[in-house]
Amino acid sequence: MSYILKPKVHHPSLPKNELGLTRRDYEGTLTTLCAGCGHDSVTAAIIQAFWELSIEPYKVAKLSGIGCSSKTPAYFLREAHGFNSVHGRMPAIATGANAANRNLMLIGISGDGDSLSIGLGQLCHIMRRNVNLLYVLENNGVYGLTKGQFSASADPGSTSKKGEINTMQCIDGVLMALSLGATFVARSFSGDKEQLVPILKAGLMHKGLAFIDVISPCVTFNDHEGSTKGYAYTREHQIELVSADFVPEFREITTEYPAGAVQRVVMHDGSSVHLRKLAEDYDPTDRDGAYSHIREHQARGEVVTGLLYVDPDSRDMIEQCEALDEPLYNLAFEGLCPGSAELEKLQLRFR
Amino acid sequence: MTSGVNEFAFKIATPNGTGSASANGLIMQTIFRMGIPVTGKNLFPSNIQGLPTWYEIRVNKHGYTARTPVFDLMVAMNPQTYEKDVAEVRSGGWLLYDSTWPFDERLLRKDVNYIGIPISQMVNTSFKGVRERILMKNIAYAGALAALLGMDTDVVRGLTQEKFAKKPALLASNDKAIDLGYNYAVAHFECPLPIRLERMDETKDCILIDGNTSAALGCVYAGATVGAWYPITPSTSMMEGFKGFCERFRRDPETKKNRYVILQAEDELAAIGMVIGASWAGARAFTPTSGPGISLMGEFLGLAYYAEVPAVVFDVQRTGPSTGMPTRTQQGDFLSAAFASHGDTKHVCLYPCDPREAFEFAVAAFDLAERFQTPVLVLTDLDIGMNDWMIPKLKWDDAYKPDRGKVLTPADLEEIKGFYRYLGTDGDAIPARTLPGESPKGAYFTRGSGHNKFGGYTEDGDEYQEVVDRIAVKIRGAGKAVPAPVIKKQPGAKLGLVTVGGCHAACMEAIDILAADGTPVDYMRVRGFPFGDEVREFLEAHDTNFVVEQNRDAQMRTLLSLETGMPLNRLESVLYYSGYPMSALHVVAGVKPSAARVKVGVPA
Repeated sequence: MSYILKPKVHHPSLPKNELGLTRRDYEGTLTTLCAGCGHDSVTAAIIQAFWELSIEPYKVAKLSGIGCSSKTPAYFLREAHGFNSVHGRMPAIATGANAANRNLMLIGISGDGDSLSIGLGQLCHIMRRNVNLLYVLENNGVYGLTKGQFSASADPGSTSKKGEINTMQCIDGVLMALSLGATFVARSFSGDKEQLVPILKAGLMHKGLAFIDVISPCVTFNDHEGSTKGYAYTREHQIELVSADFVPEFREITTEYPAGAVQRVVMHDGSSVHLRKLAEDYDPTDRDGAYSHIREHQARGEVVTGLLYVDPDSRDMIEQCEALDEPLYNLAFEGLCPGSAELEKLQLRFR
Repeated sequence: MTSGVNEFAFKIATPNGTGSASANGLIMQTIFRMGIPVTGKNLFPSNIQGLPTWYEIRVNKHGYTARTPVFDLMVAMNPQTYEKDVAEVRSGGWLLYDSTWPFDERLLRKDVNYIGIPISQMVNTSFKGVRERILMKNIAYAGALAALLGMDTDVVRGLTQEKFAKKPALLASNDKAIDLGYNYAVAHFECPLPIRLERMDETKDCILIDGNTSAALGCVYAGATVGAWYPITPSTSMMEGFKGFCERFRRDPETKKNRYVILQAEDELAAIGMVIGASWAGARAFTPTSGPGISLMGEFLGLAYYAEVPAVVFDVQRTGPSTGMPTRTQQGDFLSAAFASHGDTKHVCLYPCDPREAFEFAVAAFDLAERFQTPVLVLTDLDIGMNDWMIPKLKWDDAYKPDRGKVLTPADLEEIKGFYRYLGTDGDAIPARTLPGESPKGAYFTRGSGHNKFGGYTEDGDEYQEVVDRIAVKIRGAGKAVPAPVIKKQPGAKLGLVTVGGCHAACMEAIDILAADGTPVDYMRVRGFPFGDEVREFLEAHDTNFVVEQNRDAQMRTLLSLETGMPLNRLESVLYYSGYPMSALHVVAGVKPSAARVKVGVPA
């Protein structure tokens, strides 16, 4: 039962962040997912990222659609509002919430069924709008809750637990994001916390839609031989292209990074992402280059991971709407209602 | 129906996309400014250019504003539809046509007076350029009508001067075209005709406005800050109106920053999702749509109902089913709106009858949605939404304070021991909510999956029922808060005449006709759902109630029977669903034979 709270008693020696909070303060209810589920590792990485950034949990809203992945917002940040909406429609909820309260920090958790099938349109349009949201797609290539059907991200030739072979092309969220103009595109692996946490942190601080496709194996239905979204396959075929380190403005220590190999991308608030290029010819601010690089590696059966593309000049939806700096939901009524005298004047137009 | 001074109707037939709207608007406004009650109905195709379009204008000194299907004069400017247009003129009426080309003799009727004016010839001689010639043909027929109907030429000139104050070239062209039509008519025909205008003083406290515009204005006055939409006829002009008003009232003159956000969604599913997301986060948010949009929004509306999130939806109804006739009116969504979504759902619905109520109910919708934490659907229709109605000026009470419902602030949360989202123990079955981002003590998990009163996930039958039973009580309570029905009784009346929305004008006129004919009826117009007790009491007080509505399947009758327990044999249907607005004649024709059959006072 996902509403059972974990005990709140903390070990006194747990490390604390700048707010004096421990990682336990960023947890939620106990997971109800299968033991070993990749999604639980992603949840742990999310907890770590929020903790490291010293974000007050209640200033966040956690949004999701329907599916195994969409259950996970209950498992982190218990002091944040959560919204488990309808299948494939988390982006619309996020868009509305962002319009109402631009100060609300939004994290959306989705899966490959939720994002690449029923919610494909909404995913495309939230990218197009560049809503200020960290969008985590927990990608396991399979429908878990309905017991093992292929999802749209299943690779051609991969097999289901029952031995069926997928003959259809897969929809690659990362390539799609690049072609749709997404301003922050990353791919990672749930089993690679070292890579995932900094990417999540950078994504949280990105102004605009940060899309992270996390390969997150389904231990029950898609972790067998023949699966291309299992632990073994991913570990073997993962190629880290760009390693990201997120450095908040006030903590910048550039000396830790070897000059030359590091590309510093300054974010809207002055903090920066340091990208260590592992491939010589890779430029993470070159959208077309990122696309072809991923395709080249895919042809060789390799899964490219890291922060693959970032647009440091991203303009998010609220900026494009030219809305007030203050959140709209909190504006005083007097500033919204024109009043009777204006109504009288306005009606001359209708005579 | 009698015809004469300040009591007649005429119809203008043109091809779509020729710019006739501006000429028709000029005629309407002139009559209105002459102080004479007037109403206009635009019958247009789902097309940009070429297909037939009609504009009907009814002038009525008694103030009857419903559509009339009887036309004293036809302005036949579209040869494509001559045959139909000739047939629609009442016997003894007039037909104005462009005599540049000969009129097909087979279409001549002996009982109609033909007024041939060589409009194209005159306009082509006086104007150059294809576009201007097309536009000025319309203005020329307006000029001819000014003479034939006795319009006050000072008023006409005043209007063109206002409209083209900053475009002197256009003003000159318009005035010239008006003169062409006017002078020809005066020179060749006895002007004015027996159907003609004489100044009155009945419109000075009124405006001419369409319901999409007034509903949009209502959203601005209610303090809505987020509008999400997917363009769909006939609701589109509502968001355009909202945008226009916001640019005027909600844009900071210095910073140019907006106190609103408008989101054009990828579809209606996203549009309602955005509204729910924004409302959940504390903004007043709305979406305008039409029937097909309501179908698509079903799943999300069920979520908002069950998770108790406010949402305001405007359904500008059009002719269904399916794509139906997008530019024709109907009241076909009563059932789909009231019960949108799977499972046990029931939504608060409001039914304005004209643009004035569209404005008032728009404001009420936000109050109800936030107070009851549930979707509220405002059902207008194409006729209310897109046609210009003469209504009393809109009024605003500056003492109005929005009802934001039970929203706990961080300070409130400090006062209480623990916050649980779905308790609802205040007696009204409405729970308190919190907004995201405000306090760690207010956090809860919003979900459409089974939940208990603490907001926790549940698959326990008792816990589940406890919540849905409370919601049922809450929604029932909304029946006392929606606008009460309008009830008008007549001495000696035994029959009930029940209607809803835009049928109001036709019914008010029909009641007078029926009364004069010896069949007085008591009248009730329902304005909100769930129905309050007055609705049931009215129905019970009459052995036979005629339910007048604009759909094939008598949806309001079904809803009334379902919700009040009134047996169907005491609810007789009067239906009109061709896609045109209802007229009094349809009501009378529906009531009279049945009224005779049921023998007043004896149950049918």
